Amino acid sequence: MSNYIVSSSPHIRTHESTSRIMLDVIIALIPAGVVSIWKFGVKSLWVILLAVISSVLTEYIVQKLTKKTVTINDFSSAVTGLLLAYNLPPGAPWWMVIIGSVIAIALVKHAFGGLGHNFMNPALAARAVLMACWPVHMTNWISPGSDAVSSATPLVLRKISDAATSATSAATSSATSGATAGATAASMELPSLLDVIIGNIPGSLGEISSAALLIGAAYLLYRGVINWRIPFTYLATTFVLTLFINGWDFYDAFYQLFLGGLILGAFFMATDYSSSPVTSLGQIIMGIGCGILTTVIREFGGYPEGVSYSILLMNVATPLIEKYTMPKIFGEVGSRV
Amino acid sequence: MSSKLKLFSFSGGIHPPENKHMTENKKIETCKSPDIVTIPLLQHTGAPCEPLVAKGDEVKLGQKIGEPKGYISAPVHSSVSGVVKSIETVDLPTGIKANAVIIENDGKDTPEEPLTSGKRLEDFSIKELQNLVLEAGIVGLGGACFPTHVKLSPPDDKKIDIIILNGAECEPFLTSDHRLMVEKPEEIIYGMKVIMKILNVSQGYIAIEDNKPDAINIMKEAAQKEKGIQIIALPTRYPQGAEKQLIYAVTGRQVPAGGLPADIGVEVNNVCTAAAIARAIQTGMPLYQRIVTVSGGAVKEPKNVLVRLGTSFRDVIEFCGGWTEEPAKIINGGPMMGTALHTLDVPVTKQTSGILLFTKKEAEQPEPSNCIRCARCHYVCPIRLLPMNISAQSLLGNYEEAEKLHALECIECGCCSYICPASRPLLQSIQVAKKEIIEARKQNA
Repeated sequence: MSNYIVSSSPHIRTHESTSRIMLDVIIALIPAGVVSIWKFGVKSLWVILLAVISSVLTEYIVQKLTKKTVTINDFSSAVTGLLLAYNLPPGAPWWMVIIGSVIAIALVKHAFGGLGHNFMNPALAARAVLMACWPVHMTNWISPGSDAVSSATPLVLRKISDAATSATSAATSSATSGATAGATAASMELPSLLDVIIGNIPGSLGEISSAALLIGAAYLLYRGVINWRIPFTYLATTFVLTLFINGWDFYDAFYQLFLGGLILGAFFMATDYSSSPVTSLGQIIMGIGCGILTTVIREFGGYPEGVSYSILLMNVATPLIEKYTMPKIFGEVGSRV
Repeated sequence: MSSKLKLFSFSGGIHPPENKHMTENKKIETCKSPDIVTIPLLQHTGAPCEPLVAKGDEVKLGQKIGEPKGYISAPVHSSVSGVVKSIETVDLPTGIKANAVIIENDGKDTPEEPLTSGKRLEDFSIKELQNLVLEAGIVGLGGACFPTHVKLSPPDDKKIDIIILNGAECEPFLTSDHRLMVEKPEEIIYGMKVIMKILNVSQGYIAIEDNKPDAINIMKEAAQKEKGIQIIALPTRYPQGAEKQLIYAVTGRQVPAGGLPADIGVEVNNVCTAAAIARAIQTGMPLYQRIVTVSGGAVKEPKNVLVRLGTSFRDVIEFCGGWTEEPAKIINGGPMMGTALHTLDVPVTKQTSGILLFTKKEAEQPEPSNCIRCARCHYVCPIRLLPMNISAQSLLGNYEEAEKLHALECIECGCCSYICPASRPLLQSIQVAKKEIIEARKQNA
């Protein structure tokens, strides 16, 4: 009696796999990592390695403790570690990196059911927790190339200069605070557009080089790992809204697209499968929502940057968005093909 | 006719490796007449037949041995002449069991009186043609096996204005329709004319995927002088040959969810079915054989074979030189929608379009892992369902939720399972949900 395999159709499968998708994300993140190490030196490398290793290790320990199949070879925890590292300042202390990894993997990912079940982007959620606990460490920006020279990110400068302009123009009589801020802003000029795009600016270690991130993003789009809907609507909304709010200053609206991890967020974080809608319309709503929230936080909020919070907020709105954007099926009244 | 037609494109679909090269250029060979045939009394969608013969009876080639019970049913005929050995329950290649007439072949092929002889198509009345299609036991040979006479007798309130013959053959590996189009184009055209006459339709399309340029050219040539018959080349994309997708591609009309093609004035038949109709009218012989593609990495000589119904898979494989290595999986039909079998001792039926023997390597499937919500299953679904959500509800036993997600509209093409990077059993769980939903409806009715 021979034993033929009996299984349900289909009997052929694609060669694509979860690990291949995760590997693609890792490949896409390499250029930004290289720029970071080039600009900030070995400090960056240590943070990246530490975050990846502690994330993978956390997953291993959690799965061992809960007696589940260990799935670290799907590379998903490595991706989370990498993204967390990219969201930390280059000089982040080692213990903070480890705590961040544990929060991301154990709390945000595995406490909710593991891969595919996290309701927020794990790396961003961890970053938010670290930001709340150790704001000083999390905003200890250093300038590229220099050794531990504290600096302000372009978005912070932009905020200060905005405040200065409005203060000086609005109230000439009580100009003391305005003048101080104005002086600070004047002494720390905004970097040029070229520096901003290449990554010659202070910031989180993986967010600085928009050019390198865009190369990676193009690869992900080419490989079909992500689609255009979330990132493009996110960027377009941010651009248009900023343009509108800041009186049609095209240069500024364009300039700020490359700041504050917007490119990293739009292409690599907001597109997280688990925490973004699967429906086409839902993805467009997600992108627009992220764009609105980011611009509102940047222009009117207390924080200079708003990418991570806007993505996290849209993450929790995802189930609701999906519920109301169910596509019409083939043959249903009013459906398009 | 060669006017340019606007083609429509259904959403979703996949491009699996075609693997048609093994047999697409091989001429149809006639399989050796077997010593014993096992002719199931259920080879169609609908009610099984009642046997008309008993143990010890002598039967002739083409003799009706199963009488249809009910309207949606079709008679079955003997594919050899000889003596009835027994009537017993056997395994069918679709995974179910049914009664079958087992006949010992005397090798003489003594023919039964033909159903008709020498009459020209013009001289038949529509009623006569419909009856002939019924008496010849013709069913949809594309795989669904729905009795053709039912499709050719639509209710009066459904006016059909377009006939499509399906020559898409989008399943990987399979080339039987392809070879038929290349070798017997005139039979297909004749069958089309019969169908157009029965349904009083002046517009006929024969749709072929563009990975078969030879078939397209030959069919175009054959259709050149025919009024109202047009050959359509469709882009190669699975499941281009699925009925609703095919109709949309050719006509731009959408079969309403839960509806039938006749609701929008279209009738689709497989090219093989059309050829079977032609043969029945031209020769007077009922459907007693069909073309089967025998392929897969483990087959020694992959072939397109004309097989008598009731021949066992084992005999057909033997005719193809056996295997190069012990197959790990046997598939009845194509790799996307076919059924895996536990044995080779099943008969070829009207439904068998292909027999695939997969090697261990071909049969390998990765273990399923967590859904990562990449939504690729949704992007490839030609019905635009959310397979991962339906599957998740099905696995939890929430069949009512699955129903709300339109599980019943699933056409079971398998694109979702094919594309899933986590190798999840998406289609399988949706099939379970469909079964449960239909069961629940019956209970409540």
